Amino acid sequence: MNETVKEAGGAGPSHRGVEIGVAVAMGLLALIGIYGSIKVGIGWGAEGPRAGFFPFYVSLAVVISCAVNLTKILLSADDGELFAEWGQIRQVLAVVVPTAVYVAAIPYLGIYVSSALLIITFMKWLGNYNWLVAVAVGVVVPILTFLMFEVWFLVPLPKGPLENLLGY
Amino acid sequence: MFEDIGNLLHGFSVVLQPFNLVLMVVGIILGVIVGVLPGLGGANGVAILLPLTFSMSPTSAIIMLSCIYWGALFGGAITSILFNIPGEPWSVATTFDGYPMAQQGRAGEALTAAFTSSFVGALFAVIMITLVAPLVASFALRFGPPEIFSVYFLAFCSFVGLSKEPPFKTVASMMLGFALGAVGLDQMTGQLRLTFGVEQMLNGFDFLIAVIGLFGIGEILLTMEEGLSFRGKAAKINLKIVFQTWRELPRYWMLSLRSCLIGCWMGISPAGATPASFMSYGIAKRISKRGQNFGKGEIEGVIAPETAAHAAGTSALLPMISLGVPGSPTAAVLLGGLLIWGLQPGPLLFTEQKDFVWGLIASMYMGNIVGLIIVLTCVPLFAAILRIPFSVIAPVILVLCAIGAYTVHNNTFDVVMMLVFGIAGYFMKKCNYPLAPMVLAIVLGDKAEEAFRQSLLASQGSLGVFWSNGLVSTIMALGLVALFWPIIQSGWTWLRSGKLRPAQ
Repeated sequence: MNETVKEAGGAGPSHRGVEIGVAVAMGLLALIGIYGSIKVGIGWGAEGPRAGFFPFYVSLAVVISCAVNLTKILLSADDGELFAEWGQIRQVLAVVVPTAVYVAAIPYLGIYVSSALLIITFMKWLGNYNWLVAVAVGVVVPILTFLMFEVWFLVPLPKGPLENLLGY
Repeated sequence: MFEDIGNLLHGFSVVLQPFNLVLMVVGIILGVIVGVLPGLGGANGVAILLPLTFSMSPTSAIIMLSCIYWGALFGGAITSILFNIPGEPWSVATTFDGYPMAQQGRAGEALTAAFTSSFVGALFAVIMITLVAPLVASFALRFGPPEIFSVYFLAFCSFVGLSKEPPFKTVASMMLGFALGAVGLDQMTGQLRLTFGVEQMLNGFDFLIAVIGLFGIGEILLTMEEGLSFRGKAAKINLKIVFQTWRELPRYWMLSLRSCLIGCWMGISPAGATPASFMSYGIAKRISKRGQNFGKGEIEGVIAPETAAHAAGTSALLPMISLGVPGSPTAAVLLGGLLIWGLQPGPLLFTEQKDFVWGLIASMYMGNIVGLIIVLTCVPLFAAILRIPFSVIAPVILVLCAIGAYTVHNNTFDVVMMLVFGIAGYFMKKCNYPLAPMVLAIVLGDKAEEAFRQSLLASQGSLGVFWSNGLVSTIMALGLVALFWPIIQSGWTWLRSGKLRPAQ
């Protein structure tokens, strides 16, 4: 059974490993929460329970449940199940990396220019569209968002040098 | 009672104003699109479109947003039946029989059954809300902090006991939500906590950012991983099939009624639409004479989960408007909207914001009627959206998510947090951690904590305050039953099987 799963599934990180990673990460986050709660006081103050009281017990519950989850995983045998194949992970990264760049660019370029660049990159790189189609969609979508948000519904969005140049 | 009917009629007159009707139709269409598209669901669809309503009156705003919600509920069924891709988690159970029906060329029948049962479920729940919500609200006006906390307790226990995810994973993600919600200013002492001197954390984590990240970005990452192509069945639906199916449906009234009741119950307790649809499907399978055909294209297998999902999705608004406790992530987003428009959610809404509450209830009736007509007539159009390649849809959804995240506080740091939540959501989803309890915990964290601390303050730190009178004890006991439900259930079947065996 294990053999067939491995053969059919291709290569990739094991589900078990990622599961352990998630449990540990959540547990660590909760430990930070516990530390922070203790710093502001978890006991009983002049105004009743102090600020750290609630987050302390809540974080404690996270740590305990993560410990239970972790023990469960560690006790179970490795069934060879994959988290995802490397090819699939590459696909996911193909979204995460451009999005990270996009998010980082928004404060400097404004949301409209960055969005246009994101859409064009995406269509060109992952969709193999020709430049004309990619640029057309990339320009039209931000213009539509501009009309919808800034003009019709009066919600300001972050702008960059281009919008300044155009006088907005 | 009569006063309520008068209020409801007044609500209808508000909803039937041309501007509101337009918003309703726009909301439904946007909602169906949101429901059909992968990566956009009811909760984050509403969250992203929330800023559009900032300049509207609260009543118009809630009409549009709740209609997006109804639309999303309808839209989920389209993709499940035609593409075998649940557009929403609550339509997973619809794929079991809906997609086989489509494969057999009975897509029209399945779609009609799904939409009609959704409508029936929603209508049942709305009538229930109309009758019950004012009573609950007036009853809840007498709640003190211990009662309020016990309601939250019940809400969160139901998550643990009724969700299909492992209980300790539910607890972990829920409690992490509470911890994230606690970051920032402590409302009772005015003290800063868990910020570790980072300036951006002073305001804490806004749940709208979490919703957009966890459900929006996370979902896109999952879709990318599964591959980009959708191969669907053709959406052939015409009046003849519709009427033919409608003639058949009354035969299943018992099934519908049962599914409605399951849905309403699960919707009010915040287990929500997803477990409701599974539970209803499971029970239908066990009870139905053709139970063994379930999974091979049985129409009852479409009616049961759809009715329950809609009844649950709709009745999730009952605790939201009457108690201020949202029954689902989408209801939580609507609750967030209320706060932004300057309304205080809770039982006082019924006395202080009559226009708003009854406008909302009337829009539930109207929205579902309009929604049914729109989806029945426009299915092929909506199905066509899924044929747009994902490499075009994905960046547009990413842009919408970023805009939605930015507009919450006009802060670009929130967009960064959105991405972080998105990546976290991807891993959590893959590892079977439920996301809904986390979101609800972030929303309700402050209030649950406040109620808890006020109760303890009054009782000098004794937990006995949560068992101090009949009402609060009952709610707490219900909570414990919900928490240990899987154990109770397996104990019950064990007892029954133990009794049956000697008889045989």
